[in-house]
Amino acid sequence: MKSEIQLAFEKCRKENRPALISYTVSSDPNIKKSLKILKSISPHVDLAEIGFPFSTPIGDGADIQTSSFRAIKNGFKMRDIFRLAKKYKNTKSSKPIILMGYYNMIFNYGENKFLKDCKKSGVSGIICVDLPWPENKDFAKKCKKKSINFIQLLAPTTTKDRMKKIIKDSHDMVYYISMLSTTGGKLKVSPRRILENYKKIKRINYKKNLVIGFGITEKTIKSLKSADGLVVGSLLCKTITNSLKMRQNPVTKLDKVVYNLRNKIL
Amino acid sequence: MSLKIKKGIPLIDQHDKNGMWGGKFGGNFVPETLKKPIEDLEKLFSKLRKDKSFIRERDYYFENYVGTPTPLIPLNQITDHLGGAQIWAKVVSENPGTAHKIYNAIVHCLIAKRAGKKFVCGDTGAGMAGKTLAMVAKKFGLKCKIFMGVKDIKRQKPNVDAMKKFGAEVVPVTSGSQTLIDAVSECMRYWVANCLTSHLVVGSTVGPNIFVKICGYSTSQISRELIVQIKDEFGKIPRRLKLLNVCGGGSSSYGFWSSFMDYDKRQVEFVGIEAGGPKKSKLHAAPLTNNSKIGILHGAAQYVIQDKDGQIGLTDSISAGLDYSGISPLHCFLKDTKRARYTSATDEEALSAYKLVSSMENISPSLEPAHAFAEAIKIAPKLSKDTVIIVNSCGDSFKDRDIIKKRLGSYVR
Repeated sequence: MKSEIQLAFEKCRKENRPALISYTVSSDPNIKKSLKILKSISPHVDLAEIGFPFSTPIGDGADIQTSSFRAIKNGFKMRDIFRLAKKYKNTKSSKPIILMGYYNMIFNYGENKFLKDCKKSGVSGIICVDLPWPENKDFAKKCKKKSINFIQLLAPTTTKDRMKKIIKDSHDMVYYISMLSTTGGKLKVSPRRILENYKKIKRINYKKNLVIGFGITEKTIKSLKSADGLVVGSLLCKTITNSLKMRQNPVTKLDKVVYNLRNKIL
Repeated sequence: MSLKIKKGIPLIDQHDKNGMWGGKFGGNFVPETLKKPIEDLEKLFSKLRKDKSFIRERDYYFENYVGTPTPLIPLNQITDHLGGAQIWAKVVSENPGTAHKIYNAIVHCLIAKRAGKKFVCGDTGAGMAGKTLAMVAKKFGLKCKIFMGVKDIKRQKPNVDAMKKFGAEVVPVTSGSQTLIDAVSECMRYWVANCLTSHLVVGSTVGPNIFVKICGYSTSQISRELIVQIKDEFGKIPRRLKLLNVCGGGSSSYGFWSSFMDYDKRQVEFVGIEAGGPKKSKLHAAPLTNNSKIGILHGAAQYVIQDKDGQIGLTDSISAGLDYSGISPLHCFLKDTKRARYTSATDEEALSAYKLVSSMENISPSLEPAHAFAEAIKIAPKLSKDTVIIVNSCGDSFKDRDIIKKRLGSYVR
């Protein structure tokens, strides 16, 4: 049986457009609002990444850090992310959920319990920032057994030989980090270069859905639209931060931003 | 599975193919981007360790620049005052960097040169690692960036001034608790974005496996000297020897103990002293003493202060250099194999130990080693006269002058 993630990509391919993948942090700015945000942007996105915030995120830039710290300060607990996922999954326009975060949170929760709760709350995929290949082999196998996608990451520093091995162990979706940066950095590589690397990876296995993330904003998204999917995270976190600062409603602000992003890649 | 230390092999090399000690501490929990730079560094380091010209160069700088060996001196006044065991100090702070951090800085800069990198970046808490890296980088013609928490910049000003004097850029870190833990995170983030041009210098035996190894390899110089000095002084290794060392990240203690690893612990006991924090506070920086759970921090599995959910916990210590939630995987391994014993000293105990030592003896330890002196003061009176306690005095108090003035009323070096 095809996974929900696979089906989402197939739908986009039919419509001749890349999948739009949003990233927001669970409980940012609080539990209720983060659900409202997800519900409101859901019609515009194809997959919804939800971050479980970690106090020491070494792969994230300022925007996602700010969102994460805000969520933790507002009392985020791991059980909240499963509640959020379940509630979101029960809404009409929900999309496949990918949970993203750092390994210490999963390790502490217990890998098996984590996967069980993922299954129960309707999570389709997992990205773990600091559990690279081959360290992730065992956990990725466990995910597969539960029919949950473990999403492997590739970076500009990943050698071709290593890419082949990682892709061999990957499931339906693979995530290419566009540049040498933490999340939210300014795109310091030209979209043309990024797409060249993208094509090289696609050539290794055409069937894998390859998405690009890091540095994608309203300005850059259009130039990368030939990819299978595009992830936007920091921009959304920043929008929440800014709207809170200006005492505006983050839900409507975010809805507008994501709607615009979507229109740029149609 | 019972964990065991193998004899005749340096502890830094006793990890498995996943980079883990005892199958559960250390490893490489890093973003994919860093896998390749780390692998390159692993290859280069394992090559250089066998390279005679590299070792010659290292030893040249250790001898002529650091000035080896640093003195081993008896603390006669304190010994008489306390009664009981003989107390000695290995005054590692007598080198130009005024702390053990200089060994790691030199080895890293030599590696950076061989790797063709022109930039080095490092984290610092107390500013010792930052100051020495800035100093050594300048000597080697490398550009240097130091990440330091804003709270630490304020409380360790003399070292910040020194870093700037040596031409380093000090990057203030404003995230989280604004201390060492955030400085390490921010420095790693910087490396993620600049790994092709910059060489990362992790300031202690923490971080991904290779950084634990390089740092341990570097600080081992301390015990290489000490074992010779002890034999010169006592004719042999004393029947009852206790090596007391403060533990923040754990680089000085590993270096202080490594040459004695294979001795029976009944003969050569290792005592690691963590930061107990303020006496009246629940916060501390002593994950081993307080039986913290295993977690993953800065690329390595280790005992780490964290909440039930896995969020890394806040720490509190008078010593910026000890204010860290985690601890080297090497010490987690030494704890579980029971080769070393770990305990803690409070801020107040460290302050009064500083006061006693600096007033009675001709040394002036910083508040970090003052934690180890506190333990020596505690146990010495109960021990026999043929017991020898050696404390690693691994930092100089000058950087702490403002804190000491505030807490004790005056600072006389």
